[in-house]
Amino acid sequence: MAGATTQLGPHASFPNEASAGARLAVRDVSKTYDTDGASVEALKGCSIEVEAGAFVAIVGPSGCGKSTLLNMIAGFDTVSGGEIYMDGRLVAAPGLPPRAGPDRVVVFQNGALFPWKTVLENVSYGPVRQRVLTRKQAEKKAIDLLRQCGGLDAVAGSYPAQLSSGMQRRVEVVRALINEPKVLLLDEPFRAMDTVSKTRMHQHLLDMYRISRKTIVFITHDLEEAIYLADTVIVMTTRPGMIKQTISVTLQRPRLPKMLFSHEYLELKREAAESIHEEARKAFERGEREQA
Amino acid sequence: MMWVGYLGAAALWYASVKWLPIASFQRLPDPVTVITEWLSPNPTYGISIFTYPYYLHILNSTYRATAAFLLATLLGVPLGICMGWSEIFHRYASPLLGLLRPVPPLAWVPLAILIFSGIESAVIFVTFLVAFYATTLNTVVGVRAIEPDYFRASACLGASRRDILVDVIIPGALPNIFTGLQIAMGAAWFSLAAGEMIAAQYGLGFLIMESYNLIQFPTIVIAMATLGIVGFLSSMLIRTLGRRLMRWREQTLGFAG
Repeated sequence: MAGATTQLGPHASFPNEASAGARLAVRDVSKTYDTDGASVEALKGCSIEVEAGAFVAIVGPSGCGKSTLLNMIAGFDTVSGGEIYMDGRLVAAPGLPPRAGPDRVVVFQNGALFPWKTVLENVSYGPVRQRVLTRKQAEKKAIDLLRQCGGLDAVAGSYPAQLSSGMQRRVEVVRALINEPKVLLLDEPFRAMDTVSKTRMHQHLLDMYRISRKTIVFITHDLEEAIYLADTVIVMTTRPGMIKQTISVTLQRPRLPKMLFSHEYLELKREAAESIHEEARKAFERGEREQA
Repeated sequence: MMWVGYLGAAALWYASVKWLPIASFQRLPDPVTVITEWLSPNPTYGISIFTYPYYLHILNSTYRATAAFLLATLLGVPLGICMGWSEIFHRYASPLLGLLRPVPPLAWVPLAILIFSGIESAVIFVTFLVAFYATTLNTVVGVRAIEPDYFRASACLGASRRDILVDVIIPGALPNIFTGLQIAMGAAWFSLAAGEMIAAQYGLGFLIMESYNLIQFPTIVIAMATLGIVGFLSSMLIRTLGRRLMRWREQTLGFAG
């Protein structure tokens, strides 16, 4: 794990000061899908307040609507009720057409680097398309950022498929960060990874978080990962998704793997595990099936 | 290895013409006769690689196939993209296409001659038609097969609709578009030959029918073989172009396999 942090000094020239994270407020948000006349309630009365620069993890059984919530924050999907604010600015409400943008960038569950673009083209894509930088400037910034994130500049000329899935995910995080977003939305980004890669990815993500200080919303069904990474863990119920429990994680930062065995960590895990298992059991009894 | 296949087929052909006790088979030209005629500077029936009319026929067919193919690409790819991208557009265009597509291209010949008041454009139109269907439908499939997260990712990164077209839809659909173009090219030659047999003054399809009427059997086989070669070459050309344009995919597949 030592190698993971070496590249990131405290004075790393990460583009953070100008655009630290935004405060995110989800107020009484609900979502109802209408399919063939039958309406399905996916989310019900969800309220979450995230401080600027905080790391929040949302945990819940599969199909609880946590990805739906993320899609609404990202501006991919409309809300049926309630509002979402970023730094006090209304970004989602019923009747408001959803709009995604570079202030809230998503890192996707299955990875969404453009396979037809090289790593460098992928990372410099945002600033070029938003016309905030010339291609040359964007590429320089991309190389700098890639270098700071564990020497990824070495693969700048590769196509995504030539990289391991862990590297692809890190590149995708860099592609998000280069836009200096106010909120970073991660939708189960490490779901398909083995334990060892996952642990390494956690360190990479924590490093990127430490130096960029974005507001992070991290969706996962892995409770241990949620507690280890986040300041606040929000547990959701099965459908319709509601906030069941909010847990403040008091573990110190920087987080280190050895904390996974600390008394404090285990205590938090015990506290959350009960409500998670209760929801998982309900989901199971309802005949919900875990979808891979 | 491939030469073994060719030689085997030629041997079988020779044997069936020479030794098979079926009267109708004995009228067919054997491979030796065909190749001698094909390569003869002084061919019995006037068509060999040394004669001007041979290339005139090839040129005419190639011109028609190319024109039809380009027209099909120019119209089919944009239409396919519109249909794949816009649900509303798809709802209008898809049933129409579904209804027209099963009509065999040759059934269009009389109407095409009336519409275009000329045999030349009518043959091109008939050829175009099949290539157009293949191109359009494969493009639609290609656009629809693009992972939705790529659209979302580009929206997050601040892409405009035009950017999405250039950066997501076209490269994302390109593998399927090229599959469509290859099918289109094959189909174009297919219906071109048929069209030329019915209505044309030059071309390999015309040559086949003409030689049949004039009882110049080796020439029929020469024209058939030439169609095979030209069709194969044109497919290869598209494949090569596709590989050039999709280097990322070569890398992807190469790495996975």
